[in-house]
Amino acid sequence: MSDVAIETRELGKSYRLGVGRRGYGTLRESLVETAKGSLGRIAGRRRETPDGDILWALRDLSLTIEPGEVVGLIGHNGAGKSTLLKILSRIVEPTEGWADVTGRTGALLEVGTGFHPELTGRENIFLNGAILGMRRAEIRRRFDEIVEFAEIARFLDTPVKRYSSGMSVRLAFAVAAHLEPEILLVDEVLAVGDAAFQRKSLGKMNEVAEAGRTVIFVSHNLAILQALCQRGVLLERGQAVIDAPVTEAIDGYLRTLERAAGGDLLERTDRDSRAYDESLIARVEVSDAEGGLTDTVVAGRTARIVVEVTEVLPMMECRLTILNTLGHPVATLDSEVNAPVDARDPTLGPRIECEIASLPLLPGRYRIDALIKGKRQIQDGLQAVCFFDVEPGVVADRPTPISGADGDVVLPHLWRLP
Amino acid sequence: MSTETVRLQATRRFGRVLAPRELWRYRDLAFQIAARDVTVRYRQTALGAAWAILQPVGFMVVFSLFFGRVAGVSSDGLPYALFSLAALVAWTYFANVLLLGSESLVANASLVAKIYFPRIFMPAGVLAAGLLDLGISLVILFAIVLIYGLVPTAAVLMLPVLILIMLAAALGVTAGLSAVNVRYRDVRYVIPFAIQMWLFATPVAYPSSLIAEPWRTLSAINPMVGVVEGFRWATLGSGDAPWALIGVSAASALVLLVAGLAYFDRVERSFADFI
Repeated sequence: MSDVAIETRELGKSYRLGVGRRGYGTLRESLVETAKGSLGRIAGRRRETPDGDILWALRDLSLTIEPGEVVGLIGHNGAGKSTLLKILSRIVEPTEGWADVTGRTGALLEVGTGFHPELTGRENIFLNGAILGMRRAEIRRRFDEIVEFAEIARFLDTPVKRYSSGMSVRLAFAVAAHLEPEILLVDEVLAVGDAAFQRKSLGKMNEVAEAGRTVIFVSHNLAILQALCQRGVLLERGQAVIDAPVTEAIDGYLRTLERAAGGDLLERTDRDSRAYDESLIARVEVSDAEGGLTDTVVAGRTARIVVEVTEVLPMMECRLTILNTLGHPVATLDSEVNAPVDARDPTLGPRIECEIASLPLLPGRYRIDALIKGKRQIQDGLQAVCFFDVEPGVVADRPTPISGADGDVVLPHLWRLP
Repeated sequence: MSTETVRLQATRRFGRVLAPRELWRYRDLAFQIAARDVTVRYRQTALGAAWAILQPVGFMVVFSLFFGRVAGVSSDGLPYALFSLAALVAWTYFANVLLLGSESLVANASLVAKIYFPRIFMPAGVLAAGLLDLGISLVILFAIVLIYGLVPTAAVLMLPVLILIMLAAALGVTAGLSAVNVRYRDVRYVIPFAIQMWLFATPVAYPSSLIAEPWRTLSAINPMVGVVEGFRWATLGSGDAPWALIGVSAASALVLLVAGLAYFDRVERSFADFI
């Protein structure tokens, strides 16, 4: 075996923007373009390719990954994580530079790709196995294991279209998990199935990681990355900015999140791709309504979150997600879920306010992801719009634990003891 | 286990589509895709594989009525029904492959966007899966030939060669069209129309002897001309061997194959970006 599993040098991938709606234009547009181009050439003009139309999804990436390393890729949306996995799994070709991959590669970019609804579970196992690069003999050898892992033995000869979504996801993951590649590329696939199956899947991934395979892992769940990976690579705008032990990379990522939250939100480019952009999130602030503190709230006291927007639209709604430092969601506050205490106030101006009467969070640092709607459309969405600290306090007459508490939430409760 | 190193970089040369090593490495997948296409084709249909023969037979009935009876089109001295069926068996395969094959990449967009495999397997799988239908309809054709009291001659041995010519033309055209379809969905609208036109340009309902030389031989630039006339000669054992037509069609099929694969090869690397 070679002493390097994956080596990339100045790897880059660019996409052309704005050529006929995501480059999926009609023949006519293309013919017109070609005609224009040749006319231009006849007239002696050079064909212009303005650099502004080219987006580098990945650029100048040089990495060396040794066999047996488990590497986590971390970064914002659009930082180039998925592009890198797509290049390494040969789905897309790099625009510049190269990557050497030594060993059989298996990619889990999406669970269940290639499942055919008309085929039975049994037939789909063979088809899906082949799609993932398994030999027929290999699938036959591991067939029983796959069926057992997926817990679908009774429905083996039923067409997959009659499966519940949970069943097909379990089957798909089971096939993928029994792949035995030397290099495994995984993109955010652990978030499938119910909680029990997720635990099982995570256990399987752990097994794979400990079996000495090379694994490259993409996930937004930093806790999972921390548990599975030794090394972390932080990508930012297509470039590797940190390549270090995973905890350092995660810390770096959290710092970039804080920096992004601290800067002008209107300058951010990592916005929700579905958004209409008629109104943007301009500023988000958390304050302790009783103590007048900003970005710091005392547990058990009233917290006020203010979202400033650029434009007031009809039917404005807002959804805030509070996450802990490892990127794990703690709570969602959604104005679309109405309560009688909610109010619309035309004198409020371009701002949305949310009040939490008695903040039930453990002391620590938290972040907020925000999404606003107007005219029944998503208008803007941003991750990490704001960070805030929760100070120890009193929740429902009980002081928050000083240390040793697990979890993020304080529940008002009472005891009866003998 | 192979531990060879694969270098991934921007390719500028040809040779991706026909890399024999890659095709061999993914042979199991090729088999599975063809098997899937066969299994799925007639699942949840009432008549199942009978559709393989119902299509050409249906056309045969219509052609016999309108061209044979009403219009009185010549059939080179053969019973018109047989004359058209022998041609329709080949034509139905070709037309179906064109229709399904040109959509094959787009219909499997999620696979193309998420998984690596030699992309040529998608159109090629359609060709392979169709062979089962072709086999069934050939068996029925020979049964009808025997019922009519005809005995196939040694010419029947040419049948595999004719099928190969048809496969070469079909692969070239579907590979090219399926690749264009990835970027320009116009193909979807052109295909049904083009198949109709192509049918009229091919001596399926009429004999190519209606065309005067040298135009007759020249018309074999349409590879289906040689294939269809060859099918008649090989299965019905009638008339002179149309060697000139077969020769011209074979050459033209080869050109189509090379051109189709070359284009496919050139655009294959960007499929995932556009699909």
